[in-house]
Amino acid sequence: MSADVFDAAARPLPLSAVDESRWTRRLLIAVALAFMGLFLLAPLLVVFIEAFSRGAGFFFDAIVEPDALAAIQLTLLAAAISVPLNLFFGVCAAWCIARFEFKGKGLLITLIDLPFSISPVVSGLIYVLMFGLHGWFGPWLRDNDIQIIFALPGIVLATIFVTFPFVARELIPLMQEQGGEEEEAAVVLGASALQIFWRVTLPKIKWGLLYGVLLCNARAMGEFGAVSVVSGHIRGETNTMPLHVEILYNEYNMTAAFSVAALLALLALVTLAAKSALEWRFSAELAALKKH
Amino acid sequence: MRWKSPSPLPGFGLTLGYTIAYLSLIVLIPLAGLALRASGAGWDGFLSAALAPRVIDAFKVSFGCALIAALINLVFGLLVAWVLVRYDFPGRKLADAFVDLPFALPTAVAGIALASLYAPQGWFGALLAPLGVQVAFGPLGIIVALTFIGLPFVVRTVEPVLQDFEREQEEVAAMLGATRASVFFRVILPSILPALLTGFALAFARAVGEYGSVIFIAGNLPGVSEIAPLLIVIKLEQYDYVGATSIAVMMLLASFVLLLAINLLQRWTRSYDVR
Repeated sequence: MSADVFDAAARPLPLSAVDESRWTRRLLIAVALAFMGLFLLAPLLVVFIEAFSRGAGFFFDAIVEPDALAAIQLTLLAAAISVPLNLFFGVCAAWCIARFEFKGKGLLITLIDLPFSISPVVSGLIYVLMFGLHGWFGPWLRDNDIQIIFALPGIVLATIFVTFPFVARELIPLMQEQGGEEEEAAVVLGASALQIFWRVTLPKIKWGLLYGVLLCNARAMGEFGAVSVVSGHIRGETNTMPLHVEILYNEYNMTAAFSVAALLALLALVTLAAKSALEWRFSAELAALKKH
Repeated sequence: MRWKSPSPLPGFGLTLGYTIAYLSLIVLIPLAGLALRASGAGWDGFLSAALAPRVIDAFKVSFGCALIAALINLVFGLLVAWVLVRYDFPGRKLADAFVDLPFALPTAVAGIALASLYAPQGWFGALLAPLGVQVAFGPLGIIVALTFIGLPFVVRTVEPVLQDFEREQEEVAAMLGATRASVFFRVILPSILPALLTGFALAFARAVGEYGSVIFIAGNLPGVSEIAPLLIVIKLEQYDYVGATSIAVMMLLASFVLLLAINLLQRWTRSYDVR
């Protein structure tokens, strides 16, 4: 980079002022990697080592045990409902925010991001206050025999809340960067709204969309605090995988707790791998994502 | 003046309408319900619940530990970002991808993993025990968990700014006779400072509300290592709705203040971008 700025006639710069010495570099790299090893790698390793500490047989038994299976099913179900809902919302929000100019847009973006800055416990609490037995709609729901809190709807609501901004916040900057000229051209050529979306917009945003869905899904399956407040912790019924981990851990059933945790850690690793693959493969298309 | 500029594209009313309706149903109305509930207790009820000694202690623990963890991340997050952007070494891409682990790993998993690492008989706990340092089941454990949670915020905010930084500025400073240290502190640091502070604020904001990774390692002793989110859960289990709501409103106010600070910081970062 410096070669085209300083021509050959110029005196070479003292290297010490534009770059660190080789030993400083090595030291900095070593300290950074040691920090990452200590805080990131060690916790990940200990999950798998503890999970297999009593052999692979114990690990599989802990996972196929009925309560664990019920927890896995519930987690998958909650994610399967909440992720598509947030995906649809994210696309709608990104369309009106990135393709149109209107007043109050900044406020709208801030409000969409709001769930990220709220403690997960508070996120769960607000639904208990709405739909719990002592909540605003509690008596009415009881009279009509509808259960939201301590049941699947509450878990889904809490999951939707904590993963609310994921897709929208990936898509908005991406679509803003891309601009709407191609969509406008499609309008002029007589395309319908749905045609524009499926054939012009979607191909442009599909990788950003996938990126947002990946992150949304990882959080949806792993959410603990918000779901813990609304779930009621009924074993085999309203326990998601992270809550099942907690119950096993508090019963000092460590190996089983780490076995279920290992499954969740595996999900995290798959998410990271897919996310990195997207970033490396489509770095140019996703450049807008890295900047916000 | 019209509130919307004209555009030939279809679907504005429909998508904006759906966005606002969904946002209201999921986020705004439930949050308003929380505020209404708190005001229902009356000012005195709210204050006596929010300012009870145990609550104040919990806030001190939450904010204090979050602050220390964010400061640790400020230093090491910058170091990690620097090493990943500036230096080439085997495994750099892998390390870069790995930074996001705390975003992807469920907090409960991180919680039990850290607790078992730092427990007196764990890998690190056993090493620290002879020195008389106990990390797990005390405030130090909370700081460790919050450091884990916050690291990617600092790294990911600083990285792109460091990447875009023009090396020519460093070369000019060097030609003018600056030493490497003064180039770093007087040329590089000022231009990445807004991003660094944004990352710090994001890590702090996340740490204040964090629950899952903390409760396993904290020991949860009231007044010593009991965090505010846990106290909400405890109050809720005791059917003390006024207590739970009051703490939640205080936390919500703190989130709003932090959100405002982060927005201002990001605007400051962007003003550097344009220049």
